[in-house]
Amino acid sequence: MSAQETHAGSAEVAARVERRWATIAVIIIAGMALLAAFAGIHQATMPQPRVETTDPSRIHLSGEFVESNLGSVLEPNGNVTVRAIGQQYSFTPACIVVPVDTPITLRATSADVVHGILIQGTNVNTMLVPGYISEQLMRFTKTGDYLMPCQEFCSFGHEGMWGKVKVIDRTDFATRAKAGGRLSCVGQ
Amino acid sequence: MLANRKLILAHFWFAFALFGVALTLGAWQMFIRSPIGTWLSNPELYYRSLTAHGTVMGYVFPTLVAMGFGYAISESALEQRLVGVRWAWTGFWLIVVGSVMAVIPIALGRASVLYTFYPPLIGNVFYYLGVVLVVVGSWIWVALMSINLRVWRRAHPGAPVPLAMFANVAGSYLWAWTAVGAALELLLQIIPVAAGLKNTIDAGLARIFFSWTLHAIVYFWLMPTYIAYYTIVPRAIGGRVYSDTMARISFILFLVVAMPIGMHHTFADPQVGAGFKFIHSAFTALVALPTLLTVFTICASVEIAARLRGGRGLFGWIRALPWDNPMMLALAFSFVMLGFGGAGGLINMSYQLDASIHNTQWITGHFHLIFGGAIVIIYFAIAYDLWPHLTGRELIDMRLIRTQLWLWFIGMIVTTFPWHWVGILGMPRRMAYFDFGDPAIAPQALSVILSVIGGFILLTSGILFLVILARGMRAPQADAGAYRFALAVHQPTIVPVALNTHALWVALMIVLTITNYGYPILNLATSAGTSVPAVYVGAQ
Repeated sequence: MSAQETHAGSAEVAARVERRWATIAVIIIAGMALLAAFAGIHQATMPQPRVETTDPSRIHLSGEFVESNLGSVLEPNGNVTVRAIGQQYSFTPACIVVPVDTPITLRATSADVVHGILIQGTNVNTMLVPGYISEQLMRFTKTGDYLMPCQEFCSFGHEGMWGKVKVIDRTDFATRAKAGGRLSCVGQ
Repeated sequence: MLANRKLILAHFWFAFALFGVALTLGAWQMFIRSPIGTWLSNPELYYRSLTAHGTVMGYVFPTLVAMGFGYAISESALEQRLVGVRWAWTGFWLIVVGSVMAVIPIALGRASVLYTFYPPLIGNVFYYLGVVLVVVGSWIWVALMSINLRVWRRAHPGAPVPLAMFANVAGSYLWAWTAVGAALELLLQIIPVAAGLKNTIDAGLARIFFSWTLHAIVYFWLMPTYIAYYTIVPRAIGGRVYSDTMARISFILFLVVAMPIGMHHTFADPQVGAGFKFIHSAFTALVALPTLLTVFTICASVEIAARLRGGRGLFGWIRALPWDNPMMLALAFSFVMLGFGGAGGLINMSYQLDASIHNTQWITGHFHLIFGGAIVIIYFAIAYDLWPHLTGRELIDMRLIRTQLWLWFIGMIVTTFPWHWVGILGMPRRMAYFDFGDPAIAPQALSVILSVIGGFILLTSGILFLVILARGMRAPQADAGAYRFALAVHQPTIVPVALNTHALWVALMIVLTITNYGYPILNLATSAGTSVPAVYVGAQ
């Protein structure tokens, strides 16, 4: 066998090994994408699907995010809806109260710049972009206080923008909800 | 010695000097907001510092390194005179002027919007114009790389383009196109508002434009490092590139799939629907492919070097590697950090898992590990490798170089691992202050202190790096010979046109960008009532 032939043989081996590795790599990647698709479709775990808009310069005057409508409300079907806004440098309500073990819809927007909501110890995490409404579904399995910092730079006071979530007993929440109106930690 | 050493040294020195300043700012930031710092009574100073740190480390430093390295590659891989030297200097000076123009408003507290801009926050117009000048300066480099390759092709019809230049030009095209997103955001949206011509802006649309730039820019930062993996490391440690073809395929894949994936930065955003978020998530998984291929090819190339040095056994050859060689050391550190950082990246781009760590310190930890760690440590190695060819003097402080690389590696691990951890605990990013007295935050204090220590180790390593390079300018003269790149085991004699030219892949990159970004951008741009009032920084 000449040196030339050995060389060609080794090139073939190299190509084969490479092809094998490339195939494995492609399978890994396709597997990951399929897993994500499966979890998204089957378990409905996915980022916010819909786009809704709102005019931040008018949210305090009319519509869903007027001040009297902010806070938690018990819906007729037993679920809870929380409406909140972020503005430099606080959340309204600053302390959100919700019942434990209940499906909750958080609807929030920003009154000025980009903010974010993150509830520590959970995977509740969304951006608040002025002009758009953010919606998150959540459910707390433990009562207690959770910190809710703004997670996006919103100018010089960003480091002071911390809210709170108070998760309380279901019956306590139902009792408080009887009085009507929108609930927050105020008066607790 | 390289003919354009003055040009290349100017790029490198300006890049590394700014890097030194930004690194110092970074260490200060970590300290001041940690439990061992005292409350900074004016948080605004923190955000000036953060804007400067990000602007330098994101836009100026890697761009200048890629440009200087690109000129060196063009001259030495093509073995021809660099065409357009005067234009190259113009590009360099545009970047110098742009950097100064951007830094002045930052220092005055008139542009504390961070390097990611965050409209509707609006800073001083000169900050944005400075960034535009930096980008324009770098586009001159893109054009020059393309022209130089064309000149070479005319002289060598049909010949395989040297791998280093093929990759270098791919990186330059990637940068040219990825910068367009931020350019559109700046020119169409932000600058008219900053200049006072308009007072409203669509923040959602701006975030999408920025995401166009934000992800592929990372692959532009990464290009010099990958070029070094393939074309410098095997030569420096006495090995061969395992496969020239696979290398070309990897660079082509980066060019094509690095672009249409940026919306994985906006999973938590309300202005895009779930469909495009999923498409971008799937494409992001695809971009792991060239890295997986690269890890294989480089490990195989390194094994060749080890076996040539007499290494034996399934893993025994690892001991035969030249571990005292800075390039070997840098490569090993880079791969370890790439492994951890890449695994973290898979979590970030995941459609589901992202929500657990979005905008937490996990993300800060992730990109410092990948960019500051895996990528920048190879920038150091590139500088060490090129320095004798730029100065005509020998780098003699081999021990010091190894110490510097070790410190950078240790510092980066000590900084970023605790960052990842507190991120999982929900610690948000970009905060000038944390109330460690709060019982819910107190448990994070120890991790934060650890990462401050890491930050100071990094600062020490960065200073050492500058000292080594400065001493290298005054070392005894020695002729380093011509600058060479690694050869492949099977050097290509004929390369298929598709693996020897960029046109097809650039076209595919543009088409994929249009399919993945066209509809969301058009939809946002045409939907009425989403423009919101600008909030001017420093105006209250």
